[in-house]
Amino acid sequence: MARTPTTHDPFNAVAEPKRRQVLAVLGTEELSVNEIVERLGWNQPMVSKHLGVLKQVGLVSERRVGRQRLYQVNAEKLKPIFDWVTPFEKIWNERFDRLDQVLEDMKRKEKQNDIKK
Amino acid sequence: MTSKNKTTITAKPGKQELFITREFDVPRELVFKAYTDVEIYAQWLGPNGLTTTFEVFEPVSGGKYRFIQKDKEGNQFAFHGVTHEVNFPERIIGTFEFDGLPESGHVVLETTQFEVLSGNRTRITSQSVFQSVSDRDGMIQSGMERGVVEGYERLDEILESLKK
Repeated sequence: MARTPTTHDPFNAVAEPKRRQVLAVLGTEELSVNEIVERLGWNQPMVSKHLGVLKQVGLVSERRVGRQRLYQVNAEKLKPIFDWVTPFEKIWNERFDRLDQVLEDMKRKEKQNDIKK
Repeated sequence: MTSKNKTTITAKPGKQELFITREFDVPRELVFKAYTDVEIYAQWLGPNGLTTTFEVFEPVSGGKYRFIQKDKEGNQFAFHGVTHEVNFPERIIGTFEFDGLPESGHVVLETTQFEVLSGNRTRITSQSVFQSVSDRDGMIQSGMERGVVEGYERLDEILESLKK
């Protein structure tokens, strides 16, 4: 299966550690490029490059205020990324629910053996 | 039947490990036995719809295991590993590898701790350490693909019921 380009898939976009750092710096705030540059200590083109990718996949939204552009995290888009372990979790839930039933059987048998003794 | 005891999976971005935690309403010795008795283990290992057969199962320090899972279509999936440590009733450490990957050597190191809780209950915490972040994410994503397949199966059922 071919990989989806970074610029289309939010999962691939956050696979890059630097872009996760940008998201972490933004947090719940709305910041300008210069503010992000200051906080991360990177150069401006690098911040702009990563912001651009995050904007393209919709993880960050941009708002113009006068001559400034302000950026913030688009929480709604980020949610599926935090939910991505859910199906894997479901497999384990099913497995352990089966184990619960097996353990109940084992407990019952143990009790029967105790009575026999 | 769904249990009130929920499984928690922790997989932090960019890490090579994941943690699985679950509590059980029975004493620790019993849970440990369910992990080390081959017949009992094969009953719950799953996943749903697949049968599990152990070719080798040596639940002792220095032992090894190999099991095969079959689906209804006859597809087979084999897994194997070595048992590094079986420390009754506290801890099991071993390796895990899926034989169906394009290249061999993608080994996972698994440590499962069995912890006594009050009220004759037990908590297990399992740490899986992968060889790379992409190995770990691939494992989690294989669950996602399965989840999608199950979603389609449910869609099939819904479509069938609409036909009637």
